[in-house]
Amino acid sequence: MARIQLQDVRKSYAGQQVIHGITTDIADGEFVVIVGPSGCGKSTLLRMVAGLEDITSGTISIGDRVVNGLEPRARDIAMVFQNYALYPHMTVRENMAYGLKIARMSKADIDAAVAKAAAMLELEPYLDRKPRALSGGQRQRVAMGRALVREPAAFLLDEPLSNLDAKLRVQMRLQIRDLHQRTGQTTLYVTHDQVEAMTLADRLIVMEKGVAQQIATPHEVYTTPATEFVAGFIGSPAMNIFDARCEDGAVLLPGGHRVTVADQAVSGDVRLGLRPEDIEIQPEAGNTFPIVLRSVEWLGADAFGYGVIENSDTQVTLRLAGNTHAARGDRLHVALPGDRLHFFSPQDGRRI
Amino acid sequence: MRRTVFPHKVLPWLLLAPQLAITLIFFYWPAAQAFRQSVLKEDPFGLSSTFVGLANFRKVLSDPNYLNAVQVTVVFSLLVAFSALAIALFLAVQAEKIIRGKGFYRTLMIWPYAVAPAIAGMLWLFMFNPSFGTLAWPLRQLGIDWNPLLDGDDAMALVVAAATWKQISYNFLFFVAGLQAIPKSLLEAAAIDGASRRHAFWTIVFPLLAPTTFFLLVVNTVYALFDTFGIIHAVTGGGPGKSTETLVYKVYNDGFVNLIMGDSAAQSVILMVIVITLTAFQFRFIERRVHYG
Ligand SMILES: Nc1ncnc2c1ncn2[C@@H]1O[C@H](COP(=O)(O)OP(=O)(O)OP(=O)(O)O)[C@@H](O)[C@H]1O
Ligand SMILES: [Mg+2]
Repeated sequence: MARIQLQDVRKSYAGQQVIHGITTDIADGEFVVIVGPSGCGKSTLLRMVAGLEDITSGTISIGDRVVNGLEPRARDIAMVFQNYALYPHMTVRENMAYGLKIARMSKADIDAAVAKAAAMLELEPYLDRKPRALSGGQRQRVAMGRALVREPAAFLLDEPLSNLDAKLRVQMRLQIRDLHQRTGQTTLYVTHDQVEAMTLADRLIVMEKGVAQQIATPHEVYTTPATEFVAGFIGSPAMNIFDARCEDGAVLLPGGHRVTVADQAVSGDVRLGLRPEDIEIQPEAGNTFPIVLRSVEWLGADAFGYGVIENSDTQVTLRLAGNTHAARGDRLHVALPGDRLHFFSPQDGRRI
Repeated sequence: MRRTVFPHKVLPWLLLAPQLAITLIFFYWPAAQAFRQSVLKEDPFGLSSTFVGLANFRKVLSDPNYLNAVQVTVVFSLLVAFSALAIALFLAVQAEKIIRGKGFYRTLMIWPYAVAPAIAGMLWLFMFNPSFGTLAWPLRQLGIDWNPLLDGDDAMALVVAAATWKQISYNFLFFVAGLQAIPKSLLEAAAIDGASRRHAFWTIVFPLLAPTTFFLLVVNTVYALFDTFGIIHAVTGGGPGKSTETLVYKVYNDGFVNLIMGDSAAQSVILMVIVITLTAFQFRFIERRVHYG
């Protein structure tokens, strides 16, 4: 059990900076997810916490120790790798016992710890198999087990589910959440999958190009994204974001449409963000703007319409009811939900 | 798999002919001759020969000199195979740690392989010649009574060193490749599990290199048994006494120096059986080698 603190952590490879100063404080027992597109530096950040990469500047502490100069083994952490990194020449039991043997735990204690982890992860039938004789999901569980048995201060996971098929991923996601609730271990979890991020996290670190764009709870990230990047990255289908202009309590949209909005505090040129599910379709025109549908995707419970704002080429996605009769070519009248508009600065992308 | 189809029946044979001719003339024909000679006994002038059955084999196998050669060969091969593997593995592991100049270091490591055996032998002979060898002098300064021309153990050490030196490059290449094939994340996982570098090496890297090591062990044994003639010939000529006379060297000595064709041929046949066994062993185990993953 430990709290993890990052203080202006930076990383450069041969003069090229890839992590640009990240500061955060992860509470004891908290589940924090680092999420961002490929190449944004998620793994690098996690590996710096693990001690597998040098820290170019800044400090990382685990518990009440600064760990910058410590070897991975002195940091009291466990890690699950994307490719699982199971020792191929050892059985599942030996894989899980490896770290405990090094810690000179007694044979009886090792057996007990392995049995406990195996029971928790339903791995008992496979204890004497080698990793190559396991399915992807079973390997994943062994990797989790190897990390769990050591009861480390912190638990680090780097895209642990990305090699699994969709169904198994959902299953393992629930299991990880469940495990965390049972063990209460401080967890740092890397993923590029926003569903994983949203469902698992107590708190999210949304990264782009080595910068933490927002560090907040999933709810906060979703409802008040701090930057245009976060707004576009979190949410599926993605938030509609386009150029607009605010003046005199009204919003000027592409195509020359003008919609008045109550309590409008922003003015000037903005990037306007609008979630597909926040778009309100009205039966007829009146303080609305028209969208011409290009296609409709029906998903069962609901449907998504893809269209453009009339007289412009600004594309808009909107959520429709599952029993919609809307079809390609339809002209929809759409109102702006005054309290759920997101405005971002066209200059630096920050929320206004 | 695509099969190439030739329009003629003759062309494929023509294309294969050079290779077949070489194999027949230089491999099958001498092998057949060895078999024939091994059951014959020549008169002292080499004018006539009589069939003697397995008498040559019985004679060879009960000859103390032959048993000495067997012992020398076993010691020599074990020493060469073990040292060449151990040193190459050590160097390959060190080479992994280098960050800059990796390619340069590796290239240097590979050069000895290109040196002809006889030249390698001469090189070591000169360096360790008791009277003018550059490196013999410091040895003597250290109080070691070094004289490979008179002392059998010294001579053995010298041929082992020369033969090992030449084989290290080959092993090095395979070990470097073998090490590169081990995923980095395994060592990272071990580091997080608390293993020191040394512990991780013996519990993770070494076991995972087992297929490579096993393959090299067979190759090195075959090398030490059969490909070191040039080195022994150049460095000690089998001496002093018969202290570095290996089986292959004895075939040469008995057949071409002492001209006892029957004995020499019988020894060749025995060696042939050993090679065939080793090769069969190699194919059987290397083809389905100890796989992981
Ligand atoms: N050893 C290295 N030398 C130079 N640059 C590196 C090195 N390792 C990573 N980088 C760079 O650092 C950046 C961040 O890499 P990182 O592996 O952390 O990305 P990531 O967010 O984990 O991406 P992914 O989701 O694809 O795993 C990338 O732009 C990458 O090119
Ligand atoms: Mg990564």
